[in-house]
Amino acid sequence: MLIRKPGDLRPSEITPRNVYLRRRDFMKAASALAVAGGIAIPEVHAQGRGPKLAVARNSPFSTIEEPTPYKDVTTYNNFYEFGTDKADPAKHAHRLKTRPWTVAVEGEVKRPKVYDVDELLKLAALEERIYRLRCVEGWSMVIPWIGFPLAEIIRQVEPTSRAKFVEFTTLYDRSRMPFTFMPVLDWPYVEGLRMDEALHPLAILCFGLYGEVLPNQNGAPVRIVVPWKYGFKSAKSIVKIRFTERQPRTSWEKAAPQEYGFYSNVNPEVDHPRWSQARERRIGEFLKRPTLLFNGYADQVAGLYGGMDLRRYF
Amino acid sequence: MSLARLAEQQVTRIKAIAFVLCLYPLARLAVLGVTGGLGANPIEFITRSTGRWTLTFLLIALAATPLRRWTGWLWIMRLRRLLGLYAFFYAALHFLTYIWLDQFFDPMAIARDVLKRPFITLGFTCFLLLIPLAATSTDRMMRRLGGARWQLLHRFVYFIAIGGVVHYWWLVKKDITLPLAYGAVLALLLGARLAWYRRRNSLPAMARQMGRLG
Repeated sequence: MLIRKPGDLRPSEITPRNVYLRRRDFMKAASALAVAGGIAIPEVHAQGRGPKLAVARNSPFSTIEEPTPYKDVTTYNNFYEFGTDKADPAKHAHRLKTRPWTVAVEGEVKRPKVYDVDELLKLAALEERIYRLRCVEGWSMVIPWIGFPLAEIIRQVEPTSRAKFVEFTTLYDRSRMPFTFMPVLDWPYVEGLRMDEALHPLAILCFGLYGEVLPNQNGAPVRIVVPWKYGFKSAKSIVKIRFTERQPRTSWEKAAPQEYGFYSNVNPEVDHPRWSQARERRIGEFLKRPTLLFNGYADQVAGLYGGMDLRRYF
Repeated sequence: MSLARLAEQQVTRIKAIAFVLCLYPLARLAVLGVTGGLGANPIEFITRSTGRWTLTFLLIALAATPLRRWTGWLWIMRLRRLLGLYAFFYAALHFLTYIWLDQFFDPMAIARDVLKRPFITLGFTCFLLLIPLAATSTDRMMRRLGGARWQLLHRFVYFIAIGGVVHYWWLVKKDITLPLAYGAVLALLLGARLAWYRRRNSLPAMARQMGRLG
């Protein structure tokens, strides 16, 4: 049986959303004024230079936790195609060309299609989703992503009754991804979800963060975000979405099957063989905080795993 | 002037310069800390940095003997203690970063880590083994123990260095380039010793044999 944990904040502690958002608007207005007046101001939140995206805010799926600073979100990344050090992707990902870009949606579907990324962008209304992100390495962030439910595109292509899983493939381009010459992982990077996981409203196809298009190091131009699973499940810079009858073999599973399972749900009770998953360090905080089952999304997603032994299906 | 033998004054000067140079990794961390250059996860940065420098100093200290043999520069041996103590110094910083900044003195969490995670068990063991070496590094302790026993004790550094490289290897998620590089250098340094040891043991044995025959 799954034990549902209560939320990590009492309602009385929650800053009303409108107040909280007003604060950010104020800071944005202040930065805009300062820039217009030619005054250098210290970095606050949104500091990117990417084009802005029009989004609907106030999603009920968003957390009210303070987002991790933009600088940390965009300079501390795991994107092994651009290097295995956390600072590498921000240094090398400028080599990635995000236009033209297509995403092939294929496999067990009635209407397979190769989408241009700009067409994908217009497929459904963009929403801001402020999610927790928990890395398998024991750190976490809060990131205001922009995207729409993965379910929207799944509906468009009409999966057949044989479609049980969805496989995501990241771009594999040796000329632009300098570290794919190293046999660190079996390129291209492949991730996957069970069909019901992919259809869950929390799982999104993501195009931006902090109100802007995704920086390359964060998986531009389009990526997956699955907030209740360890970060590596959220494939970046995807070029293919394939519907399959059999469970996909993911890159990390191939690399170390005893350490990285297909499900990889955030779970403080199931340790990684080489380190504990009981606690995490939220980037920007000093003391570690306890890790929550399903990264705090148990109320929404625990039902997907009813009757499953989460130790076995780690 | 020959490089093989330097005047006492020159050796002292080299030691003073080495002492200051060896503080570079600490100074770098301090500067990065003050200027906000430790990145998004400063504790991880400090842990990694002090860990790598511990291994680096262990390898440099282990290079002293082979270097002396190859070059004949006797004064290199006079730097060995300083280098070894710096290895211990950075190991202590690494250990302190772990128990203080990373675990915040949580005894249960540390105990679980040491018992359950092989890479931490090994790192912890290696650090414990370094303590008696650092403690017996003075001339007085060397005299008290006697040359042969002191040398036997200090041969533990071979195990510690191997353990340190394996500790690094086991913690890395996938890209083992750096642990491999440290491992290769260590293999070279230990291999050189093994080669000399074999030659030294085989030549007199052969000479005795020939003496008996003659």
